[in-house]
Amino acid sequence: MNEKKEIKDALKDWENTTLSETITKYPERKEEFYTISEIPLKQIYTPLDIKEKDYMADLGFPGEFPFTRGVQPTMYRGRFWTMRQYSGFATAKESNQRFRFLLDQGQTGLSVAFDLPTQIGYDSDHLLSQGEVGKVGVAIDSLADMEVLFDRIPLDKVSTSMTINAPAAILLAMYIAVAEKQGVSMDKLRGTIQNDILKEYVARGTYIFPPGPSMRLITDTFKFCSENMPRWNTISISGYHIREAGSTAVQEVAFTLADGIAYVQAAIDAGLDVDSFASRLSFFFGSHSDFFEEIAKFRAARRLWARIMKERFHAKDEQSCRMRFHTQTAGCTLTSQQPDNNVVRVTLQALQAVLGGTQSLHTNSRDEALSLPTRESVQIALRTQQIIAFETGAGDTIDPLAGSYFIETLTDEIEQRAMEYIEQIDSMGGAPAAIEKGFIQREIHESAYAFQRAVDEESRIVVGVNRFKVDEEQEFDYLRIDPASETSQITQLLYMKGSREITDVVEALHRIKKVAESDANLMPALIDAVKVYATLGEICQVLRDVFGEYRAPDIL
Amino acid sequence: MSSSKKIRVLVAKPGLDGHDRGAKVVARALRDAGMEVIYTGLRQTPEMIVEAAIQEDVDVIGMSILSGAHMALFPKVMELLKAEDADDILVVGGGIIPEDDITELKKCGINEIFGPGTPLEDIVKYIRENVNA
Repeated sequence: MNEKKEIKDALKDWENTTLSETITKYPERKEEFYTISEIPLKQIYTPLDIKEKDYMADLGFPGEFPFTRGVQPTMYRGRFWTMRQYSGFATAKESNQRFRFLLDQGQTGLSVAFDLPTQIGYDSDHLLSQGEVGKVGVAIDSLADMEVLFDRIPLDKVSTSMTINAPAAILLAMYIAVAEKQGVSMDKLRGTIQNDILKEYVARGTYIFPPGPSMRLITDTFKFCSENMPRWNTISISGYHIREAGSTAVQEVAFTLADGIAYVQAAIDAGLDVDSFASRLSFFFGSHSDFFEEIAKFRAARRLWARIMKERFHAKDEQSCRMRFHTQTAGCTLTSQQPDNNVVRVTLQALQAVLGGTQSLHTNSRDEALSLPTRESVQIALRTQQIIAFETGAGDTIDPLAGSYFIETLTDEIEQRAMEYIEQIDSMGGAPAAIEKGFIQREIHESAYAFQRAVDEESRIVVGVNRFKVDEEQEFDYLRIDPASETSQITQLLYMKGSREITDVVEALHRIKKVAESDANLMPALIDAVKVYATLGEICQVLRDVFGEYRAPDIL
Repeated sequence: MSSSKKIRVLVAKPGLDGHDRGAKVVARALRDAGMEVIYTGLRQTPEMIVEAAIQEDVDVIGMSILSGAHMALFPKVMELLKAEDADDILVVGGGIIPEDDITELKKCGINEIFGPGTPLEDIVKYIRENVNA
């Protein structure tokens, strides 16, 4: 190709004359430039960098394999991403009010945050729940709380995402039961359970059972939903928490997809046909502060997953290869110093997610490094998305940065580096084995420590933290959770326990035990148990007795 | 303290919070600064933390909570330390902790709270200067 040769010669010339003369006189800001994932960056990218690209094989068209350019044929020209703010606090009643406020404000999907006792399968009156009830989300002890949580919210009209992992099957059972009471059958329900236990072991910490039985619970939900809930996302395979725990973008893609591979393999091993469940898998990523790297990351993840599904798992249905994902802006980049600056960080991160083709988005609130967000801060965060959607035109053409020499090079680079990690994890026996060895945890920790060192040494600048500081008083109005809500939650729980038909509960729990000890699907027994108001803690205790509890390896 | 004895630190995660990035990074920095660090892992009750602190004969306890349960759990640790006559241990905390709560926590005996964005060096320096030996 003559044109390429011409460019190559011209580039050499430019480097040896124009560029080097300038650098000699005015050195660049740094000797070397890197992304956060330590991918080295050149001064400039040219057609030479993408000369090996095969447009159809590597990029293709939106809605078609390998989905690099997006998972839907029209993307945001058809419909904007779902604006989904994660919320839920204290009691079911207050959370219900916040949900209805957000729906009134134009939010299009619900996202439920549960408190830690709920996430770890303890009732509010458990010793370990002390001080945690209603703190980081809503406390759900039984179906009675779920009924209040979704009161006057038509479950056939909204889609609901539930950040629940170890006991995800139980919360799904409760959601099905509440919907049924509203007269909505489960085949009409739309939403997502996070249901991603592997990242709990490495990054988020709300595990209960060991990996074996945890994976079984997950495949039980895959199977149940493939037969009964065609519109339900059975898992949200999450890189977000891996990233928040300190990983790089490359590690985020690699470890998330390695987890995804483990879930798909487990389901296939349990006898499921890959095309019966794969289209309901969804993903969740963070949007951190390295602008172009993040956009490239989303595109690389989409292409890599499509290739894995086709080449490794031999999916025949293209829908099985489509990586749909939710994005949240990076909580760990928010600063407690000059908190209003966080609005700007969140805006840029949200734009990255949109340019990267996300299906839904949570924008963080400016005050999250200080406390739980206030209503006003949440509103600004939601408005940020609405401004991007309705004012900037960012969604009016699909995958607008495709073809950029730099973006395409970075996309390739991230895909390739992530694949190398996945091969390394494969050689250890897959993600569960790598987690057991502490490999993934250690890799994340090393990156987290390196990042903090870089900030401390000021080789990485965080505005307001290690440069451009001001003397400031914290004059922030923050949201407080009334400690009385813990007591009132416990009182209600005790009252509920006293008023239910106890023999039904005992019988339902006994059935769960029997099923748990067998190979049968646990979902039907769980649905029956929640309907007679067996509590989350009671059900999890039965499962703890059968499955045992996970103990984390020491990685420090 | 004599310069030969290493400062012993218990880094602990009270409550159910799983956000341990900060705790682990601080633990690592203290170790790199020459201290002996014991990390408890997640889901520690105040009782477990105090018991470990006494058993390991530590000079410092560092606790981290990002779930908002600090007002229930930090003071409980202080109470138990007093009951065990171990309140000469230097106690520091970190996490998402609002300013007003910091004042309250200091009143009940927590020596210092390090918020988000604190340089690791500041924590190392504070411990070196304030540890009782």
